[in-house]
Amino acid sequence: MDIPYTVNPRSDTGLYNAKVGIWLFLASEVMLFGAFFSAYILLRVTAQQGFWPDVADGWPHGLLNIPIGTFNTAVLISSSVTVVMAWMALKENNFPKFRNFMLFTVACALGFLGIKTFEYKEKFSHYVIRTTDGKVVTGHFDVDGKSPLFWTLDTVKSKNIEKLKVEVDIPNRYRFPVGMQVPEDIHKAHAEGRHHDERVIEVSQIDSLKAFIPSTHPFFAIYFTMTFLHGLHVLGGAIVLAYFTFIGTDLWRKNPEQFTNRIEVGGLFWHFVDLVWIFLFPVVYLL
Amino acid sequence: MSHNHHSSPGHEAAHGGHDHDAEGHKKIYWAVGTALLVGTVITVLAREWEFNSVALTIAVALFVASIKAFLVCGYFMHLLSEKKVVYLTLATTVAFAVAMVGLILWSDKDPVTGTSPKTFYVP
Repeated sequence: MDIPYTVNPRSDTGLYNAKVGIWLFLASEVMLFGAFFSAYILLRVTAQQGFWPDVADGWPHGLLNIPIGTFNTAVLISSSVTVVMAWMALKENNFPKFRNFMLFTVACALGFLGIKTFEYKEKFSHYVIRTTDGKVVTGHFDVDGKSPLFWTLDTVKSKNIEKLKVEVDIPNRYRFPVGMQVPEDIHKAHAEGRHHDERVIEVSQIDSLKAFIPSTHPFFAIYFTMTFLHGLHVLGGAIVLAYFTFIGTDLWRKNPEQFTNRIEVGGLFWHFVDLVWIFLFPVVYLL
Repeated sequence: MSHNHHSSPGHEAAHGGHDHDAEGHKKIYWAVGTALLVGTVITVLAREWEFNSVALTIAVALFVASIKAFLVCGYFMHLLSEKKVVYLTLATTVAFAVAMVGLILWSDKDPVTGTSPKTFYVP
């Protein structure tokens, strides 16, 4: 069966059908991400003033790795440029050039996901520890040379560990909410290159121990939900673009205009994924 | 052959003999990409400058993000020269998205209890 309007525009819309389709889909995507962004704003504006975790209901700032997040933003922006250049290459009838640009785009997508996975792992092995004297610290620890993931106080007790040697974070200035005075000794410590304080904590003195996972704080809940949903979009886009690059190239020989339109539609989705990240990055990393 | 005579970058190239235009459009794409990278650096530096005002910090970050969004939508997604059906679709979406965000934020001032909901962190 011949699918109509894969190349020629319909007289009423002025567009080939796939383009109308992708825009309708992207419209629904705006609503999906819009709902999560408004949930984020609601959680953020109802948080208490103060430094987290000292103020338990405070909003955590500066916990994400800003240099890595910035690099990942650059990776995604670069892939957005190359996907539109790939489409331009097809318009100029230059298939090898198209393939090179697409290879770079797919490599960027995989790179983005790899970096994000590393960031997730860093969070799953980072802990907030509250002791019986009412103090609370964040940091990480090694057991048998490995940084354990997803541990709780029960996990520690079940392994009959009596003491934990914790690398307690000396919070950097990004951890303090905008406008809050950063203590002088913190500036000094970081200027001297000290980012952690090694501290031995008796397990019997620990009230609670939780990794940086969604159930630990609403910030982590919304951070993981939004970035995972975005990551799924990156993965989906990468699969489709890789299909066009490696498997679905027969269409280029049979019907080059239709193939070019497919790349345009795939590219529109890819730009949308970039667009979501343009807002997600400052919102969760910087503000 | 698509007879979609858009003025958007790239479309003319399909008709051949307009290499001059194609080169111009490619230059625009690279320029937009560079502007997006510069915008990212500005956003990160803006956090470094520490305005001492939460509202100003958020405003600056979102202002830069909005310019970047305009560049992506306008040039990469060709929204500066699209057909009416796309504009209609997006206008409807924007109206509903604004209403949705507005209604959710409205619940911040819960009319039943008259209090704001609290976050629920328990360590």
